[in-house]
Parts: sequence; structure tokens; C-alpha cells
Amino acid sequence: MENIAQMDGVYAEWSTNEKVALEVGMGASYAGVRTLVSMKHVGLNVAADPLFGVSTTGICGGLVIVSCDDPGEHSSQGEQDNRHYARIAKVPMLEPTDSQDAYDLMEWAFNISEEFDTPVLLRSTTRISHCKTVVDVNKERKANLRQPSFTRSPQKYVMVPSYARVRRHAMEERIIKLQAFMEDFPLNNMLLADRKLGVISDGVAYQYAREVFRDASHLKLTTIYPIPANLVRRFAQEVEMVIVVEELDPYLEDEVRRLGIAVTGSEFIPIIGELNPEIVEDGAIRAGILPASPKPLPSAGSPVPQLPQRPPLLCAGCPHIATEFALRRLGFYNPNLADELPLERKILAQLKKSGLIVTSDIGCYTLGAYAPLLALDTCACMGASIGQALGLEKAGVPNKIVAVIGDSTFMHSGVTGLIDVVYNQGSTTVIILDNETTAMTGHQGHPGTGISAKGTKTQAVKLEALVAGIGVNDVNVVDAFDLALIESTISRCVETDEPSVIIVRGPCPLHVKTSGTPFTVDSEKCNSCYACLRIGCPAIFVSEDKAQIDAVLCVGCSCGICAQACSQEAISESKI
Amino acid sequence: MKDLNVLMVGVGGQGVIMASDAMSEIGMNNGYDVKKSDTLGMAQRGGSVVSHVRWGEHVFSPMIKSGDVDFLVAFEQLESARWAPYLKPGGVALVADVVVVPVSVIGGTTPYPSWDEAKEILAQYADRTYLIPATRIGLEVGNPRALNMVMLGSLSAFLKLEVEAWTEDIRLRLPPKFVESSIEAFLRGADEAKAMIHAKEIKK
Repeated sequence: MENIAQMDGVYAEWSTNEKVALEVGMGASYAGVRTLVSMKHVGLNVAADPLFGVSTTGICGGLVIVSCDDPGEHSSQGEQDNRHYARIAKVPMLEPTDSQDAYDLMEWAFNISEEFDTPVLLRSTTRISHCKTVVDVNKERKANLRQPSFTRSPQKYVMVPSYARVRRHAMEERIIKLQAFMEDFPLNNMLLADRKLGVISDGVAYQYAREVFRDASHLKLTTIYPIPANLVRRFAQEVEMVIVVEELDPYLEDEVRRLGIAVTGSEFIPIIGELNPEIVEDGAIRAGILPASPKPLPSAGSPVPQLPQRPPLLCAGCPHIATEFALRRLGFYNPNLADELPLERKILAQLKKSGLIVTSDIGCYTLGAYAPLLALDTCACMGASIGQALGLEKAGVPNKIVAVIGDSTFMHSGVTGLIDVVYNQGSTTVIILDNETTAMTGHQGHPGTGISAKGTKTQAVKLEALVAGIGVNDVNVVDAFDLALIESTISRCVETDEPSVIIVRGPCPLHVKTSGTPFTVDSEKCNSCYACLRIGCPAIFVSEDKAQIDAVLCVGCSCGICAQACSQEAISESKI
Repeated sequence: MKDLNVLMVGVGGQGVIMASDAMSEIGMNNGYDVKKSDTLGMAQRGGSVVSHVRWGEHVFSPMIKSGDVDFLVAFEQLESARWAPYLKPGGVALVADVVVVPVSVIGGTTPYPSWDEAKEILAQYADRTYLIPATRIGLEVGNPRALNMVMLGSLSAFLKLEVEAWTEDIRLRLPPKFVESSIEAFLRGADEAKAMIHAKEIKK
């Protein structure tokens, strides 16, 4: 996206959220120009409404939606198989098995979109998108560029019931035509070798299948919906046994079975999590499809016992740390947590049963759910924190509730939740952690930053003005590195009967490179209480029972939260 | 053309991804089919990072099968032990003398393994293990962040490519002010590894 944004003649934007992105894409497509909209798997949930809408109206300029699933939930709040979206939205779906396929399929996707008057879904997964493979580039490839123009066609673009009923028929006719088209699709590939075993696969699972079943016959499918039924039948007739190797749900397996073909796959290949070659191989050995490995490596792949885990952390100098630490201190006592972390029992026992409930959202700050911060009580999907907080309040829990959300997530879908709080007279306190960027995904701009996807200056949407405009009267802006002020502001706001917003502002240290004289611990004064360790700063560690600070990682005086957390005044700017 | 599977492991922020990107491009420029895949987790900093790099005539899976790794290049000692089971019999472990204590250790439940303990785990899987003095080299070349270059250098000592194949790629990859110290770090890493290989051969 950042590369495309710099190309001449291409308009590119970071949209506020996926729904808006697809709606912008619809408009551009209606104007006759080719449009690409991209998002992750859960983003398509947000964009589902316009997806169904544009499936109904059809398109004018080619419209392709790239959506990437995250099997194994490397960095997601949920695992879902977006291949199902194709069927339910009645939209064709293509899926690459490597970077070359991705490159080649894109041209097909646009052509199919325009030929069949439909948006096209291009599905990827983590191991396709987070993977680099060699690609032959076609220098002759021409883009189908058209002059933008909008043709009035209410029967196509205005989906009132009487027109939409007509379009429903067009959608079904389209799928029948696509079924025939996919039969001869050149990037599906039947490879006939040993006829004893035929493997049908898609996506990266195809690569694992080729690696594990070296001698078998293979059917590679890049057309996920509709699937080429006759091609699958022909393949099944050529081989003695058919199996499907696919990541997540038995989507293809069900499709193949529906054709009356005896097939297995999900019996021995897990439907949860990400695959890899050894999972596929182990499954096939267990199912008796492959012989047991001649030279077994009993220990290979088994996790090494008793090694400490390395969970992801907030960064040294992160502007979220002070707020999360304050929330931990103000949070409510949870006996389950004390059981999980026996060494923290004493500290956790000091928390009150009447402490805060903290609803949280999607962003770097979600890492505050882990030890040592343990600050958060919920996290489900983008923008949910505010609605959840209002729901907890209206249900009548005795605790005070705060919602924690980042600046870009607030723009994405938090603002509608806050409008609901104001309208329905909630007293929720919303903490907007404003690090002035979208940090977790790589520092993209968002409406609050005033920087466009092309890197140009645009109008910044000011958080203070926005929340005041909604009707929040108690709006506070505090420095992200002032622990005492953050704590006192939260304590005050939760006691009022009206909605309040605390904007905690401080730059992401990876975005705006901050450096100052690093802090150091006076080991004479350090009483080994490890309060500083509980802020979860990766620069702080223990050596010979005393806390110490890594001078390379520490951003120094621009942060200084550890010094504020220390009751012994043992931490200060180093003197060198 | 011999297949090559390299697993690069470390901690977010150590430069694992840049090293594996360079490794992939160098393979491609020298006629190999190449696939590489990274596992990053959620954080930009601090979490485990794993890069699979595969060179070969025709590479299918972007992920190396456990037990198929020729070279385990670890930028951190604990991570070297964690990923040791991926090594194939006869595989080689190159480990930077770098310790990054994870917060879970600070919680006190599982201790950080000593180098002797890590070495014992590595010895179960690796044919040879080399501890690369990356910290010292980084300080000596005046660029402590060139850890990834030291490790690429040490790996290069085992592979039959001209030194320019590596340095030219590094040169194009870095901002000008880091190029010289990075190449110096790469060459020092290569020299260090060559000396160690030589020493082991004499021992035999």
C-alpha cells in the first residue's frame, strides 16, 4: 500500500475503517475506474455490509477486495475462514499459492470483475502475505485505464426493494456463468503423477502438500468460489483416493463431498490454527496415507521444556505504559489472576474488590493484558471497548468502568460508541491513548494525524474538538509520561455521573525517534521491591537482585515512568 | 544445486528480518529459487522473531520442516535453545553471545538458561555450535546495532558465495552512514567464524 500510494496516477488512501474503505471503492468503481480495497480477515467483517451491497449492484470499473486471513492468530483477536464470505456474498474468490500466483491472479481478478459485473475477493493468508518468493514480472502487462464517468442507472445502483429483487436474479445468473468460466481457469492446475493418491489443495497448503506428498497427483485450486466442479470430478476419476489439504475450515472438502466424491482431510489435518509441513506429514502418517518416517527423529519439533516464554511487550519509552500501570493500580482484585501468578499474589492482593473494570480495544495497548501489567479486562474487536463499558454500567455492576482505546481505533469505530454513551446518558470514562499514529501495524496515518497515505499534509481531525462536539463536557488532555496526573485524572473522572474523556497524549518512540540521557538505578538505594519491573518496560532487568536499566534501550528523560514508579527514588538520569 | 534451509531467530528489534531479507535476495541473485517467511507476533519490539529462508532448485513450502534446518542463526542465546529442535542431523548452530532476558523470567517462574544449559540443549540437535562474539565486534566497529551483519557474516563463512555477493546487497540495503560499519561488522563476523571452523578442524 505504501508503495502503491507513491505511484503516479494512483489515488490511495488510508480509510477510517474497512466499511468506509469499501464504500469509497464502490464509488470509484461506479465512476468506471479500477479499484483495489485491502484489509485483514476481521476487517471484512466490518466491511461486510458494503460487500453485500456491491455484490448486489455489481460494479462498473473492476473492483477487487484483498483480504488476508490469519490462521493461528499471529496478531489477531480471532481466527476465521474468509472463504465462506465468497459463498454467502455470492462473489467470486481467487486465492494464490505464492507470490507469483498473487501477481498473476490480480490481473485475472480485475478482468473477471469487469466481465461478470461483480466485485472479486482475493483471499490471502499470513503465509502468503508474510512471505517473499521469486516473481517473474510481465513488463508488457497493461492496465485497463478508463476515463472516469458516472452513468445514471437507478435500477443498478439504487437498491430499493423493487430494483434489488431484479439484481438478485442477476447475482445468481452471474454465479452460473462463473462456474462455467472457472472450469478452464488457467491457474488451476492438475498434475498427474502417482495415481494412488490425489491431493486437492489451495493457498499455502498447496505448497505443504507438494512438499509432503512428493510423488502424488495434485490438483491446485486458485478458484475458491465457485469451484470448477467438472475439473474436480475429472481429477477424482484419475486417482484412487482423494484427500484435501487446506488451512482452517474443511471448505474445499465440503465442496468436493457435495459433488459426490469420497474424500477425507479434516479427519487428520487440524481445522484450528496454522499448518506447516510437519503437521501435514504427521497427520498423513497417522491416517496411514504416508508410511512412518524411516529414520524417526523422536525429539525433532518437540518444544524444549523449561525454557522461559518471550511474550511481546510494549516498547521502552512507550506512551501507553504509564496509563496501563495506573490502571493496574486502580484495577479490581481478581482472585483468578493471583492463582495464575503466584509470585504476584501479594501485590495483587492489595487491589480492591471495588477497583476499576477496564474494557479495552485493539492496538499495541492490548499487550497490557499480559503480565506484568495485567491492566485490562476485555478485548474483542475494534471499537468495542466503549459499548462494552456502557453495557457493563447499564447492567448495574458496582465497579466503576473505564474504556481504553487508541487514537486510530477511536477514529475507526470508537466514536460511534461514544455517541451512544452521550445519547444514552452513560457515565463511562473513555481513555483515548493518543500516540499520534497507528503504531502496531507500522505507523500508518489516520484522520487524527493530518498526514495522508501519500505523505502529504491534510486536515487533522482533532480529538478534543470531536469529543466535545459529540457532547462530552468533561474532556481532559494529559501528558502520557505523567503517571501521577494520569492516575488522579482517572480517579476523578470515574466518580462523576457524566461521560468523560481523557486524552493521554505522547508520541510513539518508534515513530518520533526520542532519545535522551538514559536513566540508571542507584543500587545502594534499590530495595529490590521490583515496582519498576511491573511497568513492563523491556529496558529494565534484574542483575544480582537489583533492578538495572539497559542504556541502549532506555529513551531517558522523555519517558521516566520507572523513576515515577520507584518509591525509593533510586532511579534518575544517568550522570555520564 | 544444493538446497539450503536457514532458520534465523531472535528478538524483535535485533534486525532478524533485515538479515533474512538480505539472505533471500542474495540467494535469488545467485540463481536459486527462494522463499522466506517471517513470524513476528504482535509487537514491534521484544517478542520472539523467526525467519525461515530457503534456497533451492525449486522451493515449495515457505516454512522449513522441523528437523530440516541446515543452519540455525540465533541472534540471542535463549532463542537458540528454543529453536534447536528444528536442526537436522549434521546441522550447525551459530549463536550470538547476546542475552535478552524476557519479562517472564522477571516474574520468576522459569529461570533464564545459562550458556552451558543452552549449549547442552543445542548439543542434542546440532552437529556443531559456534558462539559468535557479536557484542565485542559490534562495539569494535562502532555500531552495536550491526548484530545482524555480524551474524550474516558468520553464516557466509559456511557458504560458497563470493564475499561481494553479500557486501553488495548489504550496501544497497542500508542508509549510507551505516554502510561502512555494517560491512566491517559482516567481514569481522565472517573472519571470526572462519577462525572457529579452522580451530575445530584442527581439534579433530
